[in-house]
Amino acid sequence: MCLAIPMKLIEITGEGTGKVDAGGIKTDVSLVMVPQAQVGDYLIIHAGFGIEVLDHEEAGIRIELFKELAEATRTLEEL
Amino acid sequence: MSSSDEHLAAKALSQDMNRVASKATRTMRFMEVCGTHTMAIHSAGLKSLFPENVVMVSGPGCPVCVTEKGFIDQAILTAKRYDACLTTFGDLVRVPGSAGSLATFRAEGGRVRVVYSPLDCIGIAAQEAPRPTVFLGVGFETTIPTVAATLKAALSNGVDNLFVISAFKTIHPPLKILAAKEDLHGFLLPGHVSAILGSDCYQYLARDFHKPGVVAGFEPLDILLALRDLVRLSVSGSAEIVNGYRRVVRSEGNPTARAIIDEVLEPSDASWRGLGVIPGSGLALKGPYRKFDASVHLPVEVPPTKDDPRCQCAAILTGARSPDKCGLFGKECTPEDPVGPCMVSSEGTCAAYYKYGAA
Repeated sequence: MCLAIPMKLIEITGEGTGKVDAGGIKTDVSLVMVPQAQVGDYLIIHAGFGIEVLDHEEAGIRIELFKELAEATRTLEEL
Repeated sequence: MSSSDEHLAAKALSQDMNRVASKATRTMRFMEVCGTHTMAIHSAGLKSLFPENVVMVSGPGCPVCVTEKGFIDQAILTAKRYDACLTTFGDLVRVPGSAGSLATFRAEGGRVRVVYSPLDCIGIAAQEAPRPTVFLGVGFETTIPTVAATLKAALSNGVDNLFVISAFKTIHPPLKILAAKEDLHGFLLPGHVSAILGSDCYQYLARDFHKPGVVAGFEPLDILLALRDLVRLSVSGSAEIVNGYRRVVRSEGNPTARAIIDEVLEPSDASWRGLGVIPGSGLALKGPYRKFDASVHLPVEVPPTKDDPRCQCAAILTGARSPDKCGLFGKECTPEDPVGPCMVSSEGTCAAYYKYGAA
């Protein structure tokens, strides 16, 4: 029940409300828990609310880590 | 990241985890606290990548599963007595009460409306007025602030026919009980509950219980990474709390969300399926928000409930038994015709075992 998905904030529509998009699916959400959210941020959406703003830098670090792990495995397998 | 990179990264993590686990002197039993993790592990087939001496058991973090039968009974009795419209998340609809589920109540003509967001209840209350609209409040800290924020909006908009039956639960009290169990060696900590609470709040697991915990995301690689870290910590005997979901979870969590909870709700005792009444583990409406409390304003007498004595949900929710050890599993208890809540909820351990198999 704690399922939440990242969606991109594309518009601030009012006080504490915004429109988010994921793959062309747009929906209105409440921003009352993420007052710092800005257009362009990815928000974690749960039950019609943004519950957190995705940290871009940390997301990048994660992808790099997995790419490095993949590369190391690839190299080992080629040996 | 390409899918071949993902595959290779998963392989690397699995190999690393298996290499470290081979140094362990005991079987490591870890609990995934969150039901969404349970489903993610099974649906991605991750168990086949786990070391043989790592046993994952499911915890109490499936809100539907830990909610007592009496809650469904109270909802239906309230709707009948006060001609109320019930609003609920879809997960609860098929959970059996003593005399049927919300689905059977609806089939008999009862008013049950499924909502995606608690905010939908405000519009529904306006449509249904003057009939009361009663929201079935289940969930942990991820969901609780969404309901609290809805009630803040309802209060400022002067909505007076919206009510909540609160069966909200907080994660720390049961976690403290489970952390004391000697046969649990570490915890895969919930991702989105931690988005609200932060990763620092679990330090007591390390400090008081000497157990490691890793906050995990929900992608297969997130789970493998978190479990790899948990195996490392366990084998080296390091009781530490690691945040493995840093792109979403801050060490301090989301204080704005917590302030919304604190404005609307206060700790109360709550009854958990499998764990009984745990003091301070629930949340009750407080101050001006008591006007939304269905238990106060739309009271009903709920007769004591009886669970099928053969149902093992209680033991399954505390990691003491696996679903395939329950005599009802897959025979009298199936997702189509469930006996216990662990088979009903899409995140229930029994539903996951049934759908994806034990491995």
